Amino acid sequence: MKRFFVDLHLKINPKETQALKNAIHRAANFGYRYLAIPFSFEPSTEEIENLRTVCKNVGIEPVLRADLYPRNENDLMNNLRRLRRKFDIICVMCDGKEISRQAAKDRRVDLLNFPNLDYRKRFFDRSEAELARSGLAALEIDVKPLLVLDGPARVRFLACLRREIAIAKTFGVPLIVSSGVSEERFMRMPRDLASLACLFGLGNVEALNTVSFNPLAIVLRNREKLCSNFIAPGIRVVKEGGDL
Amino acid sequence: MKRVKRRYLALQLEMEGVPSEKEFMDAIWGSVARLYGEVGASLTSMALINFDVSCKVVVVRTSLETLDSVRASLACITCVAGKVASVHVLAVSGTIKALFKLF
Repeated sequence: MKRFFVDLHLKINPKETQALKNAIHRAANFGYRYLAIPFSFEPSTEEIENLRTVCKNVGIEPVLRADLYPRNENDLMNNLRRLRRKFDIICVMCDGKEISRQAAKDRRVDLLNFPNLDYRKRFFDRSEAELARSGLAALEIDVKPLLVLDGPARVRFLACLRREIAIAKTFGVPLIVSSGVSEERFMRMPRDLASLACLFGLGNVEALNTVSFNPLAIVLRNREKLCSNFIAPGIRVVKEGGDL
Repeated sequence: MKRVKRRYLALQLEMEGVPSEKEFMDAIWGSVARLYGEVGASLTSMALINFDVSCKVVVVRTSLETLDSVRASLACITCVAGKVASVHVLAVSGTIKALFKLF
């Protein structure tokens, strides 16, 4: 099966049209096929159309992604209720233990992302992994800190990721590696991202899957669910018509 | 004695201006040493093969065993000779001849 590369977290401001165009062009040159630009608000139809047009011109499939920064569990539930059917991917930025536990439990959440620099707020432990596996949530890892950190901070970050990835592998939680960059100069080719994923203790094929099959599976699964013909997993309307 | 298998990497350098060969290799060695330490860097047997100044394409050689380490280190480079830069791997091959056919 052909590998399509996916970057689910290119943090370019969708309102900066020129920066967005440049980043999308660059991603196309790098060989990405699917690209997600996160929205932390409800985008207008015009913004979505603009993103679709720019992506279509360079042969990239845009993925609509919402980044949620909930203040508490109720806030998370409200946001999910409001946004789930409008976006292909829902990612929760877990800033507290209660929020991360609730996000891992909820089947409407696709990705769990933890603060990169505050290690005490990375709550991906065995309990979280167990919940994430049953809730079908994946762990997203941004590689940007690897590029911007240096010395002991990077060592600590790598150690933290190694521990989390070992837990995720034990519990069968899918892993997604994304760039997480907001500037073009930090963008990297998909295979380079995969090579960075090898630093966390993943094998070659596993690392490549984190930038291709794993994120793509989530996108396709959600698109199928958002399709009007979808009834339940494995059941869909094939044809509508009257009695013969 | 077991023959050492090598890999050649074609790299695209993106930065303003052109660094010297020494500055570029210093940046790569620095990145490898920061990520894997001096012992890890010594295992890579890295060497500069070709530096095309006009299109900023560089060919370096490394051992097959340390290819992933070198790729990761290359991805971590953010500055060369004090200037903002990034390095992308265009192609990897076992021979220089095949490498130039790939890109």
